[in-house]
Amino acid sequence: MTTAAAAHTPSTYPIDRIRADFPALAQQVRGKPLVYLDNAASAQKPHQVIDTLAEFYRHDFANIHRSVHTLGERATARYEAARETVRRFLNARRAEEIVFVRGTTEAINLVAQSWGRANLKAGDEILITAMEHHSNIVPWQLVCRQTGARLRVAPMNTRGELLLEELAKRIGPRTRLVSVVHMSNALGTVNPVEEIVALAHARGIPVLIDGAQAVPHLPVDVQALDCDFYAFSGHKLYGPTGIGALYARHELLEAMPPWQGGGEMIRTVTFEETTYNDPPFKFEAGTPAIAEAVGLAAAIDYLEAIGWEAIAAHEHDLLEYATARAEEVPGLRLIGTAREKGAILSFTVDRVHPHDLGTFLDHYGIAVRAGHHCTMPVMDFFQVPATARASFGIYNTRQEVDLLIDALKEIIEVFG
Amino acid sequence: MLDDLRDLYQEVVFDHNRNPRNFRKMEDADRTVEGHNPLCGDRITLYLKFDDGRIADVSFQGQGCAISTASASLMTEIVKGKTLEEAEHLFEAFHQIVTGRDDDLKLEELGKLAVLAGVRQYPSRIKCATLPWHSLEAALKGEEQPVSTE
Repeated sequence: MTTAAAAHTPSTYPIDRIRADFPALAQQVRGKPLVYLDNAASAQKPHQVIDTLAEFYRHDFANIHRSVHTLGERATARYEAARETVRRFLNARRAEEIVFVRGTTEAINLVAQSWGRANLKAGDEILITAMEHHSNIVPWQLVCRQTGARLRVAPMNTRGELLLEELAKRIGPRTRLVSVVHMSNALGTVNPVEEIVALAHARGIPVLIDGAQAVPHLPVDVQALDCDFYAFSGHKLYGPTGIGALYARHELLEAMPPWQGGGEMIRTVTFEETTYNDPPFKFEAGTPAIAEAVGLAAAIDYLEAIGWEAIAAHEHDLLEYATARAEEVPGLRLIGTAREKGAILSFTVDRVHPHDLGTFLDHYGIAVRAGHHCTMPVMDFFQVPATARASFGIYNTRQEVDLLIDALKEIIEVFG
Repeated sequence: MLDDLRDLYQEVVFDHNRNPRNFRKMEDADRTVEGHNPLCGDRITLYLKFDDGRIADVSFQGQGCAISTASASLMTEIVKGKTLEEAEHLFEAFHQIVTGRDDDLKLEELGKLAVLAGVRQYPSRIKCATLPWHSLEAALKGEEQPVSTE
């Protein structure tokens, strides 16, 4: 970080201290300082998370909920404290409304298989949007095949903005669930989820929100949103892989059947009959990702200490700056120009395929994503095979945006 | 240009990417094969015309990165006029070179194609180079199903 670049960020934002918290950032890639702009795929981890994992394994690790010994009790306390941290993070009413899962994908599959199979009949409809990640498409296709329900899709405009009136038109007498992405991973679009929930609830229809991209960038309050399900992953939130959470209203979780059988989720088992544990344990079969849950709580604590307002202001500044500078790059086309947008710059460049861009940028030490971003229908809509995507996080700087733009200009020259 | 990229992105690659050879639809092809790399979205349609056990004509269309476009373009140049056996042999040789399994293989045998040997340093890009060849292999074997690198 040079002081000149730091001067552009809001003066109170502790960028130098934040960057120092992330050991992975302090390395060279192909002889250049790493510029990590692949945060929408997965974010790097601060030492507070790494140390928490290591310390937990060094001192407190044991299996949870069934051991009477000291370590078992310690580990159980840490795991349940992590659940309370996630509850606070989402402002859920009760900790029992937080189910630990592997990530957003598993959360949506859980809802599709448990709630979906119990509530969907032939001819019923699930309504999603045109900008969903495959993980908010395929689980519904699976349950549609099992139940005879139909998947319907609300369209977007060429800026990548959801057409709310079109979504409203598609809410009909057979609609059973609306499942929408909070922030698009391929476009950066932030959807008006409060309005969507209000529209659906006016017809008595529950709403699931895929929050995988949203939670690292903006504060989420499930009571204010009034949503019925909210899913997110820990690894995009500067936390460990293999852990995420599903928020669901308690009455929904109570009524939903288990989706995986095994230990932890039962109350009594005989060969004739099994009775199930209460939520959330009913949905956490087997030994969960204990240390990862504790690590996730450390990540949430870390972000809350920086503050969501500061994070949002910093990332908004980066997005504005990067969007403005992208205009200088000849032949660059932004994919996703929604008015409400998170810190994601998805783009194509004339005559240079995104994969070539990705390989070249790597030689400048710059990590971006190139591909379809698990949103093939979005690529089809914009009639591109793939895009390059720079996605920003709490530790990125204007100086890094400059490095990206300068590198792009050089690469375009080479390809002629 | 960055020196360490020159191993892969040689002038031949840029040339064939800018001006791909045999880049056209073939209306009277004996065999047409679709190739797809779902990882990056690259698509290729390969057209072949046979005459007396030889590849009389070959062309391709599609959209892809510089590596896959250059690989397809170079491939059409080298296999045109070859017998099916010779083409099969080239497929094997090319595959070994880009996957780095046989360092002793004579690169001269592959002519200009040898420029793509550098792709072995980029594991995530090998499929870009092999997609056209897998499509050719499928065409030679008479497979009608679309080819996928996954």
